[in-house]
Amino acid sequence: MSTTETTESKTTDGPDGPADSVALYDVDHPAPVIEPPRKRTAKTPKASRGNFEMQTWLFMRLSGIVLVVLVLGHLLIQLVLDGGVSKVGFAFVAGRWASPFWQVWDLLMLWLAMLHGANGLRTVINDYAERDNTRFWLKMLLYAATVFTVLLGTLVIFTFDPNIR
Amino acid sequence: MGTATLEKNEAGSPSDAGSQGASHLITVTLRIRRFNPEVSAEPEWQDFTLEIDPKERVLDALHQIKWEMDGTLTFRRSCAHGICGSDAMRINGRNRLACKTLIKDIGPEKPITVEPIKGLTVLKDLVVDMEPFFQAYRDVMPFLVTKGNEPTRERYQSPGDRERFDDTTKCILCAACTSSCPVFWNDGQYFGPAAIVNAHRFIFDSRDEAGEQRLEILNDRDGVWRCRTTFNCTDACPRGIEVTKAIQEVKRALITRRF
Repeated sequence: MSTTETTESKTTDGPDGPADSVALYDVDHPAPVIEPPRKRTAKTPKASRGNFEMQTWLFMRLSGIVLVVLVLGHLLIQLVLDGGVSKVGFAFVAGRWASPFWQVWDLLMLWLAMLHGANGLRTVINDYAERDNTRFWLKMLLYAATVFTVLLGTLVIFTFDPNIR
Repeated sequence: MGTATLEKNEAGSPSDAGSQGASHLITVTLRIRRFNPEVSAEPEWQDFTLEIDPKERVLDALHQIKWEMDGTLTFRRSCAHGICGSDAMRINGRNRLACKTLIKDIGPEKPITVEPIKGLTVLKDLVVDMEPFFQAYRDVMPFLVTKGNEPTRERYQSPGDRERFDDTTKCILCAACTSSCPVFWNDGQYFGPAAIVNAHRFIFDSRDEAGEQRLEILNDRDGVWRCRTTFNCTDACPRGIEVTKAIQEVKRALITRRF
């Protein structure tokens, strides 16, 4: 819009005098207006084609439903049933992971919860980090942490040795 | 409606027409967020105290200030009857049309705050740069797109098919919804509720043939998937459009058409 452009161009040669001067801004030297975050400009990347955002949106809903069962079941077993949290020890974990059922349960919970949480944080970063660089590096940190946790957890579930000393 | 008439009679009956003039007026303070780039870089609040009939609208109070107290107060209004969508502003922290908000409905005992709508560049006082808003509107192709020859008669549509998108035809493009959306506040790239509502109006129109194209536009990174269903838009809409529901219907159409 022409109004905005003129305002911007005028502010470049705008006042840099001391703040105590009475007329800091006038008709020829208006104050800079505050642009909204990430205003659409010529440098804005073109529209992205593809279904990635739709797939992540669907994933959030579906994984959420599965996680309700997995996590509530997990909490029930670990904290409530059969003596509560005091029973949880090395022997308890070793006994559970002897069964492929609990291995799959924990593996599924690990992957779904990590990806669900990471995708949620990705949208938060996309929404709130204003500068391109900040957004990029926050997401890189998030992805690195996610990959590390998921791989480490998977490794432990599959290579767990009950006879370790 | 019945209540309003009753109040009027009660107020009018005790005195004769002459002395009644000032008796029903109340004192109201309007706290307006002023910004003038030719004077200061900082916006500031300014209080105006005036006598006004509580059954008048906020727009009437703004008129009274501009015409009788301070001619520099700047705001947009055109029809002043809730149709043109020019005077959306943030009144007492909520996006409303100044021409549809009665003084008595928003607690005139306390100062009434009036601010420009958020998420758009403030140019002066209550006037914002609407260009990003209309750019998003243009991007969803808000016009009838058809193939083949033009029919010699009108394009027929059953009442049921018309009913399908009736709610979203009511939009007046006032930007109350888009400028109430926290995602839009933080990222102006988001299409915003108003653009999606106007896409919905054509996507679900049985006469239109570019629904798939519009859905593809809204499938974008900054399209419907950025909606966090906070319902701010539905609360803000002065026309009572179920905005969030329309956005959800577009999401559902995107998913069901693809799987």
